[in-house]
Amino acid sequence: MLLDSQNHFRIFGVVVLLMSVMISIAHAEDDDDDERAPLAKNAQWQAECGACHVAFPPRLLPAESWHAVMSGLDKHFGSDASLDPAVAREIGAFLEKNAGREKYKATGKPLLRITETRWFQREHDEVPARAWSNPKVKSAANCAACHTQAESGNYSERNIRIPK
Amino acid sequence: MIRIFHVLVLVFVAVAGLTSLSAAAQTPDDVLTALKTEAKASNTAFQGFSAERGERFFKQTHGNELSCSSCHTENPGAFGKHAKTSKIIKPLAPAANPERFTDSAKVEKWFKRNCNDVLGRVCTPQEKGDVLAYLLTITN
Repeated sequence: MLLDSQNHFRIFGVVVLLMSVMISIAHAEDDDDDERAPLAKNAQWQAECGACHVAFPPRLLPAESWHAVMSGLDKHFGSDASLDPAVAREIGAFLEKNAGREKYKATGKPLLRITETRWFQREHDEVPARAWSNPKVKSAANCAACHTQAESGNYSERNIRIPK
Repeated sequence: MIRIFHVLVLVFVAVAGLTSLSAAAQTPDDVLTALKTEAKASNTAFQGFSAERGERFFKQTHGNELSCSSCHTENPGAFGKHAKTSKIIKPLAPAANPERFTDSAKVEKWFKRNCNDVLGRVCTPQEKGDVLAYLLTITN
């Protein structure tokens, strides 16, 4: 019995050691300027938004934009993306809580498209026009066409592969 | 003692997992049966579902730009692709993807959305049942 307990302690020790190594590796990879803030996650957001497109990180739009997006899901960029009200409330609260801070007062209306934000345009100003019109990309909403790790929320420059 | 405790925990996890699974357990046939009940209630002349009619419905457009097959492709046993975002869509036919038609809330959610996009209205129980009957004939 004593031996048994010792073995358990040893196994526990090894597991803790492995976990700490994995965590430090994860931190070491996370050194891109834009990736410094930890990514907020929510299971419903991942499942529901991620069903049709990459679940866009909440910080890419300000709270009033997310509020407007979530208020019009039945006409979501030409598609019916309506949700169960309780699920929509949970996702809306998550998006607004983790929203970006940049305000978009120019038009007086909240921006609905991430691609229209100054941040997106600045970050993508080096992308050639032919990349956007490539059938493999098709839409600027198709983040994963170039950001190969977008599904896991990693938009780091080293994971960008613009399709030919 | 520690071993016995571990075994008990494992048994508890297994039982809890199975219970939660059976609470939501549904088969595509259950969904089809429920649709049949709805179809009978809404139409006294209901004569059953037709896989052939479901296939035509699936592949045709209905006044709007998209058909079901625009995203799910002409072969619902294969992977599809969202017509706008290019997101990969898992196969729709239960034979190719056992997760399909096993959760009635999910079935309702997607019929509501997609019928609205393809037809600009909700689908009738007859139309939904025909499509599911068609999907159940696919065997890859």
